[in-house]
Amino acid sequence: MPEPLTPDDPRPDDLPPVEPLDSDADPARVPSAPAAASDESPARDATPSGSDVARAPEPISWRELVRDFVKPGRAQVVFAAILLVCGLAVAMQVRTQTSETDYSTLRRADLVQLLDDLTAQSRQLESEIAELEATQRQLQSGVDSEQVAKEEAQRRLDVLAILGGTAPAQGPGVRITINDPQHKVTSELLLNTIEEMRDAGAEVIAINGTIRVVASTWFGPGPNGSLVVGGEQITRPITIDVLGDPHALTEATQFSGGLVSEVESSRIGGTVNIVADGKLTINAVVAPPSNRFAKPA
Amino acid sequence: MFAIVGLIIGIALGIYLEPTLPTGLQPYLPIAIVAALDALFGGFRAYLERIFDDKVFVVSFTSNVLIAALIVWVGDQIGVGAQLSTAVVVVLGIRIFTNAAAIRRALFHA
Repeated sequence: MPEPLTPDDPRPDDLPPVEPLDSDADPARVPSAPAAASDESPARDATPSGSDVARAPEPISWRELVRDFVKPGRAQVVFAAILLVCGLAVAMQVRTQTSETDYSTLRRADLVQLLDDLTAQSRQLESEIAELEATQRQLQSGVDSEQVAKEEAQRRLDVLAILGGTAPAQGPGVRITINDPQHKVTSELLLNTIEEMRDAGAEVIAINGTIRVVASTWFGPGPNGSLVVGGEQITRPITIDVLGDPHALTEATQFSGGLVSEVESSRIGGTVNIVADGKLTINAVVAPPSNRFAKPA
Repeated sequence: MFAIVGLIIGIALGIYLEPTLPTGLQPYLPIAIVAALDALFGGFRAYLERIFDDKVFVVSFTSNVLIAALIVWVGDQIGVGAQLSTAVVVVLGIRIFTNAAAIRRALFHA
């Protein structure tokens, strides 16, 4: 304001001693403002807008505001000084806030509160960790038992596949070749040989490399002295691949009245060649029949 | 004009000189800032109502800041510092809003 009030002017601010913060005019004190305004009206008359002021405590108009702004008076210097201090304080506080990494400026109660919060939070997180670890153990053991069950099922599947003849097999065994130039080997002799092999612990048997001998394989005579195994005619010489203990299998053919003695007798007049093999592979398989009536119990 | 210049200079000083307050006084600076804001708004309102007086303004600014800080300090001594600083901020906030409303009425008649 270009013409500030002199300090000895009667002002409403000075009247209520109970209110220490004077600069703001409370709404309750506004009614006493006319006294101040009328007191300064003679001075006001000198200003261009003085005609308004003479009547009432008319608020400062925009024109006056702009004029006061561009032509600063003492009041604005005071205002500037206070704003300077204020801006300084705000800048300091903002800088302290942003750079505050330690807790040295906090009050003790705040620190205790902070510590309590952190402790509670860490307890909560610890219980959460324990819970998750229990879940992890549970899932882990679930995976383990599932793995065991899977391995067991796979083992049973392998055993049954070999037993049922649906999968190729390999292992130690013997290859028996029966040369029968006079075609005198009978299906009974062949069946007996297979039975002897089974007695000696044969696990997989295949004839001529194409016919897998399983539980349902049958042996019978074919036309012109040929042999039929499992519905297929077999050609001579007859090759029997057997997986099992080679020594036991060899022995099982060579006893008196066994395969070798029968074939090499004068009645048949053939030869038997037995070769033990440490790693014999049998690729012949049977297609598993689909059961029409029997179901797993 | 001087007012804007003063504000800018103050912020610039605060940023570039990096003044530091004693650690013991730092908790009271935010309260003091709020009190100063209240005094500033009150002063502007008094100016708009033509009852501004620079002596009153300076005294009220100083006493506002000091009393606000003092209340919080006393609160700290008797163990209710946090609550009292909340109370001071609430009261000063209400006053700032009241003053802002009066300024708005004076400037925009609305």
